[in-house]
Amino acid sequence: MAEAILGLQGVTRDFGPFRAVDSVSFDINRGSITGLIGPNGAGKTTLFNVLTGMLPPTAGKVHLDGRDVTRLSANRLFGQGLGRTFQIPRPFSKMSVLENVMLAPMAQLGERWFGPFLHADKVQQQEGVIRDKAIEVLKFVTLDQLADHAAGQISGGQMKLLELARVLMGDPQLILLDEPAAGVNPALTGILIEKIEELNRQGKTFVIIEHDMDFVMQHCDPVIALAEGKVVFEGTPQEAQANPILLDAYLGSQFDD
Amino acid sequence: MIGIISYLIFFTTVAAILSIAVLGLNLQWGNSGLFNGGVVAFFGAGAYGTLILGGTSQTAHLGGFEIFYPLALIGGMVTAGLMAWIVGILTLRLRHDYLAIATFGVAVAFENLLRNAEGLAGGAQGLRGFERPLHAWLGDGFTYNVFFLIFVLVLLGATYRFLEVLIRSPFGRLLRAMREDETAALSLGKDPAKIRLTSLIIGSVIIGLSGGLYATFYAFISPQDVLPILTFQIWAMLIVGGAGNNKGAVAGAFVIWAAWTASGWGLSRFAPLEIQLYTGSIQFILIGLVIVGMLLWRPQGLFPEKLVISQSGRTNRSENRE
Repeated sequence: MAEAILGLQGVTRDFGPFRAVDSVSFDINRGSITGLIGPNGAGKTTLFNVLTGMLPPTAGKVHLDGRDVTRLSANRLFGQGLGRTFQIPRPFSKMSVLENVMLAPMAQLGERWFGPFLHADKVQQQEGVIRDKAIEVLKFVTLDQLADHAAGQISGGQMKLLELARVLMGDPQLILLDEPAAGVNPALTGILIEKIEELNRQGKTFVIIEHDMDFVMQHCDPVIALAEGKVVFEGTPQEAQANPILLDAYLGSQFDD
Repeated sequence: MIGIISYLIFFTTVAAILSIAVLGLNLQWGNSGLFNGGVVAFFGAGAYGTLILGGTSQTAHLGGFEIFYPLALIGGMVTAGLMAWIVGILTLRLRHDYLAIATFGVAVAFENLLRNAEGLAGGAQGLRGFERPLHAWLGDGFTYNVFFLIFVLVLLGATYRFLEVLIRSPFGRLLRAMREDETAALSLGKDPAKIRLTSLIIGSVIIGLSGGLYATFYAFISPQDVLPILTFQIWAMLIVGGAGNNKGAVAGAFVIWAAWTASGWGLSRFAPLEIQLYTGSIQFILIGLVIVGMLLWRPQGLFPEKLVISQSGRTNRSENRE
């Protein structure tokens, strides 16, 4: 039995009378790439928002690395090793690509306003280290040539890579990606997949929301399917493809779009 | 000739004092995206704080502590900072236009309080009994005004330098990230509430410094000096100069203050008498037109914000050229 890095017990989230996430329970094993699928409105992104502390759950518990993190705020969770990207990219548009990435490390000395005045040398030195690491991470995601461009002016696919780069600066153990391949040209999707698999070999765990079934079937194992806020399937991609309910309820409807 | 020079010194002193307030607002709005609609409240807190702490003994209202002037000025800044802290805690959850409405309300309440609470700060009569520092030594005339102008310019230069270092530091990066996308910053481990509060306080302390200098210059402050129009003037200065650019903030202050005084002078000199009666109102309309026009045709201002390129940031290339 593999060790769980993330555990959900009965996680529920209501919006008024509407139950967006309905007592969801599953474990994410360390070192896995889990695909989270389901039709639009199934509650996938809401579940991500609950897991990352952006929304408090109405009920249920979330454990990260065995610790109860149910009520932890989003900024604390990043410090605990949980990173995420967004369905619609959220770059800091009027900042350079490099600044976007340099922002991410936690507890920078110069983040206190008096830092650059009281410890100018130390802040400068730390900036050097952070800059070097940021450039290295940008090279990894193939964005280093764009370091000095405004983040709002790069393509949507590059923004997805930038979000991954920002998250990597925090050195998280678990990374949640919300539709990384949506609206991205195939060449960039290829790079993204390659990077995800490389990071996975280095030991990082991924949970990926994705509508692109080829992507999920080829790169994710296990696959979890949500429908109307509930887990309707959990298994290997092969089982998913053979599952009549999924074919009907989800895979079928996807091909109708 | 000496009259023109005297006037230029007077003009530059006021424009430089207002520049400091615009720099403070630029930290809040230009860098952090905080919509402070009550600039004048923090300006007033600095002005009243300085005069109450540094003024001569009064019986009619609070004050007259005769504190050594630099400490009184710092006291005024602290007053503005404390007010920002309280306002900030109360409005922590407000964004954008909601924050603007709340802070605008604070400024109106501030003015009404000072106008009516005579025992606190002299009511509508304003605060009197303040003697300008080194007044006994330098006299009242030209020499004093030159001295005071230099004093103001030194403080303007120091404020500019301080802010340039601040916005190029990791703290400045946090402010910009907050302005661009709070949710993304939150997901990257940052604490928006804390950052927003810090920015509001630092900016308000700087606006308070501006108020303290303004009150020192006139050796007087009254509720007439803290009307909403000053908030709009300072906003116009920032929008025209270029939000997010400290050079633009200073340039905008000089441009708008020149336009404001020139329009007042021109109207009173050349306009027919029945129009002259409305000089103040016409100026209000003009400042509104400037703000709207700028936002429509050149929203980035005369000096647009520059991308901070951190790659070669080891050497600080921004030089103080005041």
